[in-house]
Amino acid sequence: MNQTISQTKPKSLLYLDGVSVSFDGFKALNSLSFVIEPGELRAIIGPNGAGKTTMMDIITGKTRPDEGQVFFKGDIDLTKRDEAEIASLGIGRKFQKPTVFESHTIWDNLELALNRSRGVFPTLFYRLTAGDKARIEEILSTVRLSARRDDLAANLSHGQKQWLEIGMLLAQEPELLLVDEPVAGMTDAETAETAILLKEIARTRSVVVVEHDMGFIRELGVKVTCLAEGAVLAEGSIDFVSSDAKVIENYLGR
Amino acid sequence: MITSFLLKSLDRSIVVVVAILLGLAIAIPALNLLTAPDHPLHVPTFLVSLFGKYLTYALLALALDLVWGFCGILSLGHAAFFALGGYAMGMYLMRQIGARGSYGNPLLPDFMVFLNWKELPWFWQGFDMFWFAALMVVLVPGLLAFVFGWFAFRSRVNGVYLSIITQAMTYALLLAFFRNDMGFGGNNGLTDFKDILGFNIQADGTRAALFAASALTLALCLVLTTAIVRSKYGKVLVAVRDAESRTRFLGYRVEHIKLFAFTVSAMMAGIAGALYVPQVGIINPGEFEPGNSIEVVIWTAVGGRGTLIGPIVGAILVNGGKSIFTAAFPEFWLFALGGLFVFVTLFLPKGVVGTASAYLARRKAHRRAADAENARDNLVAEPMAAE
Repeated sequence: MNQTISQTKPKSLLYLDGVSVSFDGFKALNSLSFVIEPGELRAIIGPNGAGKTTMMDIITGKTRPDEGQVFFKGDIDLTKRDEAEIASLGIGRKFQKPTVFESHTIWDNLELALNRSRGVFPTLFYRLTAGDKARIEEILSTVRLSARRDDLAANLSHGQKQWLEIGMLLAQEPELLLVDEPVAGMTDAETAETAILLKEIARTRSVVVVEHDMGFIRELGVKVTCLAEGAVLAEGSIDFVSSDAKVIENYLGR
Repeated sequence: MITSFLLKSLDRSIVVVVAILLGLAIAIPALNLLTAPDHPLHVPTFLVSLFGKYLTYALLALALDLVWGFCGILSLGHAAFFALGGYAMGMYLMRQIGARGSYGNPLLPDFMVFLNWKELPWFWQGFDMFWFAALMVVLVPGLLAFVFGWFAFRSRVNGVYLSIITQAMTYALLLAFFRNDMGFGGNNGLTDFKDILGFNIQADGTRAALFAASALTLALCLVLTTAIVRSKYGKVLVAVRDAESRTRFLGYRVEHIKLFAFTVSAMMAGIAGALYVPQVGIINPGEFEPGNSIEVVIWTAVGGRGTLIGPIVGAILVNGGKSIFTAAFPEFWLFALGGLFVFVTLFLPKGVVGTASAYLARRKAHRRAADAENARDNLVAEPMAAE
C-alpha cells in the first residue's frame, strides 16, 4: 500500500503517510495513510475515538504527529507549520461545534474571514473595497443569510451558525476544506440543504467531511474512508464500505 | 489613510465625551486662574490637581480597557506601566532640580549624594532633556510590554495564568525599585520637584496647564483607541476575545494581534503616569503595589468594560468617591470599594455606561417597533375607511 501511496504524492492535494500520534500512551492515530486528490469531495466515517478529529488537528497544525509525513500540494510539509500559517496556505477548517464570532454581525464575521492581508497594520488601515463587498454579498446568498447580514451571530439558530461558519470558510478561499460533523444537531430539511451546499462548494475545491450521519453521506454520494483505532479500515463507495465485514463489525454493527 | 482611520472614531457619544474633555481643559484652568479666590465659581488649585489626577487615572483605565475589554487580556499589572512612565518623568524632574537640592550638587540628585555616589549612573543620562524623557515615557513601558507580551503570547499563556504573571511582573518591579542600589531613590522614590520645562511646578499656572494637558491627552487617546477598535483590526481583537482558536484557524497570528494592543496600551499607561507625577509631586515604589493594578480593573468594571467611555467614567466616579469617603469615613473605604466591585459584578455586569447604553438601545428598539406597529395599523385602517 505504501508503494502506491508514495507514487501519488506529487499530484495529490493532501498526502498523509504513516502518521502516528499518541496521548499519554493512547494511540490516537496508528500509522494513518491516505491521499486526497485535487477537487475531490471525501467523506470520513468511523466510531467515536477512531481518530477523526485528531487527524484534522494534525492537518491544521494544532497537534504535531509523533511520526509520519503530512504534505500539502505535493511538497509543503505541514508538520513544520502552525495554525495561522497552514490557514493562509489554503486549508480551512470547520469545527464540530459551530464557532462563529458571536458578538460580531454576520457581515463582520465574513469580512474577518475574507482572504485578505491578515497582519496588524493591514487590518488597522483596511477599507472595504467594492470587490470585497461584492464577494461578501455573494457568500451571504450562497449560505442563505443575506436577510440577516446585520444581526449578531449570537442570534442565529444552530443550523444557521453552521452555515455561517461554512460561509466564513468560503470567504477564506481555501483549496482544501475540512468539515467536522456539519449536520450534527440539524433538522432533516437543514441536513438536505447542507448536502447541496457542500456539493456546490466541492465543485471549486477539495472538501473532506467527517460525519456520523450515514443518510447524509449517502446523500453526498462520494468516496468514503472508514477509520477505526487510528487507521484506515476500508475505502471506497458507500455501498462498498458499508458491506465490508470489518466495517460492520467495528462501526455499523454496533 | 490616517485621516480616514481617525474619522471612523467620530460617532456621537465619543464626540460628546471629547467635547466635554476639551471644555474642561479650558473651563477648569480659567475658573482657577481668572476668578478671585472668594468668587463662588472659583476652583482652588488643590482641586485642579486632584481632578487632573483623576484624568490620568481615567487614561490608565482606558488603556486597560483596550486590552481587557476588547481582547480579553485581563492584565493585573497595568499600574507597573503607569509607574514606569511616572519614573521616567520623575527622573526628568529630578534632573531639573540641579543645584537647588539640599546638598547643592549640580549633577547628582540628593539621594545619590546621600548614598555617597560619585557620578550619575548611565541610565540617568539624557533625562535632563525633556524630549528624551518624553520618549522614555512611552518607550520604556512599551518595550517592557513588548518583551513580556512576546514571550507570554507566543507560549499561549491565557486567562488567569496571564493575570497571575502580570501580577508577578509588577511585584518584581516593586521589590526592585525598593532597593536603594537600583538608583531610583529606594523606598522614598523621587520627590521635591522644583520645575517643569522652566515653570515652577507649584505655581497655579503650571498646575492649570498640567490639568489641561491631562484632559487633552485623554481626549486624544480616546479618539485613537476608538479608531483602533472600530477598524478591522479592532474586530479581530474582539474575535480573539470571543473565539481565539477560530481566529487562528482563519489565518490570523493571534500573538501579533495581542502584542500590538498590549504594547499600545502600555504606552498609554506610561503617558498617564508621566502626567500623574508632576501633579501629585512624588513617585515611589508604592505605585507598583499589586493592589493598584487591581484597582484599575475595578474602575474599568464599574464604568463598563469594552465601552471606552465607561473606564473614564468609572475611574472618575470611583476616585471621586474615594476622595470623599476617605475624608468622611476613612476606615470604611476599602469595604466600600470591595462592596462596589461585588455589586457591579452581580448587578451591573456591563458597568454603568454599558447598562445605560443597553437601556437606551432597548428603548430605541421599542419605539421603532411601536412606530412600525402604528404604521401597519394605519395601513389596515385606511382601506376600511375607503369602503
